[in-house]
Amino acid sequence: MSELTRLTLAAARDGLRAGKFSATELAAAFNDAIVAGNRTLNAFVLPTPERALAMARASERRLARGEARPLEGLPLGIKDLYCTKDVRTTACSRILEGFIPTYESTVTQNLWDCGAVLLGKLNNDEFAMGSSTETSCFGPTVNPWRRRESNRPLVPGGSSGGSAAAVAADLCLGATATDTGGSIRQPAAVTGTVGIKPTYGRCSRWGIVAFASSLDQAGPIAKTVRDAAILLRHMASADAKDSTSLDLPVPDYEAAVGGSIKGLRVGVPQQYRIAGMAQEIEDLWQSGIRWLEAGGASVTHVSLPHTKYALPAYYIVAPAECSSNLARYDGVRYGLRKPGSDVIDSYETTRAAGFGPEVRRRVLIGTYVLSAGYYDAYYIKAQKVRTLVKRDFDEVFRHVDVLLTPTTPGPAFGIGEVSGDPLQMYLNDVFTVTVNMAGLPGISVPAGLSREGTPLGLQLIGRPLDEETLFRAGQVIEDAAGRLTAPQRWWA
Amino acid sequence: MHVDEAAVRRMARLARIKVTDAEASALQAELSAILDWIRQLEEVDTSNVAPMTRVVDTALKMRQDEVTDGDMCEAILRNAPMHERRFFVVPKVIE
Repeated sequence: MSELTRLTLAAARDGLRAGKFSATELAAAFNDAIVAGNRTLNAFVLPTPERALAMARASERRLARGEARPLEGLPLGIKDLYCTKDVRTTACSRILEGFIPTYESTVTQNLWDCGAVLLGKLNNDEFAMGSSTETSCFGPTVNPWRRRESNRPLVPGGSSGGSAAAVAADLCLGATATDTGGSIRQPAAVTGTVGIKPTYGRCSRWGIVAFASSLDQAGPIAKTVRDAAILLRHMASADAKDSTSLDLPVPDYEAAVGGSIKGLRVGVPQQYRIAGMAQEIEDLWQSGIRWLEAGGASVTHVSLPHTKYALPAYYIVAPAECSSNLARYDGVRYGLRKPGSDVIDSYETTRAAGFGPEVRRRVLIGTYVLSAGYYDAYYIKAQKVRTLVKRDFDEVFRHVDVLLTPTTPGPAFGIGEVSGDPLQMYLNDVFTVTVNMAGLPGISVPAGLSREGTPLGLQLIGRPLDEETLFRAGQVIEDAAGRLTAPQRWWA
Repeated sequence: MHVDEAAVRRMARLARIKVTDAEASALQAELSAILDWIRQLEEVDTSNVAPMTRVVDTALKMRQDEVTDGDMCEAILRNAPMHERRFFVVPKVIE
């Protein structure tokens, strides 16, 4: 029954309702696929096959009674940053070793309330800090895509690398992920999947392990634009438990998919054309422009003057916020505890043992930029630059409806190729952080292959709360580019 | 921005993360490089710009000041590395 795992989420939904196969068959097919492929790919850090089957059986009863909820019986993977009740959640950090939440995150509760099935927890960079999933305490996830004629393991991007790899390898129908500086869009781009980071506040952050509270957003990674629209619709909600959650109804995003883009005004920001950019990225961008024009859109060049400052500003704001959010991990109430001569020594020893090098680096930078004497020069300065970055977008959105950019400066690199150089790693976020800094929605859609035969994505950036335009324009790109699926299933 | 080892140790103390001598030395180089790169923000004129405090223009939600939750001692203590009756247990504080 392995053909079931190749279905899109929408097709599986329709197939279940039409009685073509059962929910337990579907869950079992994915459980088998995970057994066969996860040892190699390391996408799941905790498969939950029994729970999946139990949930599938409950879905089967509902389907039989004609009481199917929107995601009834659909098996999903959940990034290990989301607290799942009674299911181990670690943020892929040693400091949360063995943590079993006694509560469910709002986003995942929304999915279970819709009848979705939990296949397991997915790998990510520790505390969502990274662009390659190499900082996970569970080891890296391997990209299901390989360079032509090469066996070299590639990264699936990060921080939601487990989510992206699992979707690309058909180990789940779709996955939840989070995005603080690009962690949904960049892994989606380098694995040939669709990833959307919605407007800040669209999804509740309650129960999601916090990294940078003014930047974090939950969103789906899926096989198609339609699948991403379906998932986002049910992940999003107004939530009284998250005071930054927007009190606004969630549109039927699936209804926007397939809509016409005639008359849509698309902006191409010149500052995203960086010096030394590979020709293949430029070519991909030009293809995107042609496809949107063929759909009836008009394309103009626009200017976002403060673009280049968004990345350094992000690397002040995000570490600052993370240093505050990670202060809670001290070995007292949960997670790892190392003994110490007194309570302070216990904190220091626990945190040194529990945090990996990238997390430690960012907590220290954050502590530095927030410390007395430096707060104005760094943190306040970065927040002012952030206002300018947002203002650039506000200005541009007076004349265009959506922006088109590449998602990443290049395709997936090899595991270990960049991890020795933090600054080099940070540059992977150059096209994506601006969107988090401005709180806007952004989607990455697979658009073509690199010279090496690995996926590349195009990014669409929208006005606040205009995810519908992203799905509409995203579908046009998907129709033109076609779906990208890894040529060989070498992992199973 | 040159960050010296004393600064690294000060930050490590503030962040409550123990750092060995070898680590402090490596961190000094790494953090200096990152903070150096960040300095390009000085090129931006922000003299009449307010710092961004929220991304979407909404007021913070308010609620009635009443107790609507709690009484879940067992759940709160369930993941504690060490606990006794209704308390988390920690090594003592030395003044």
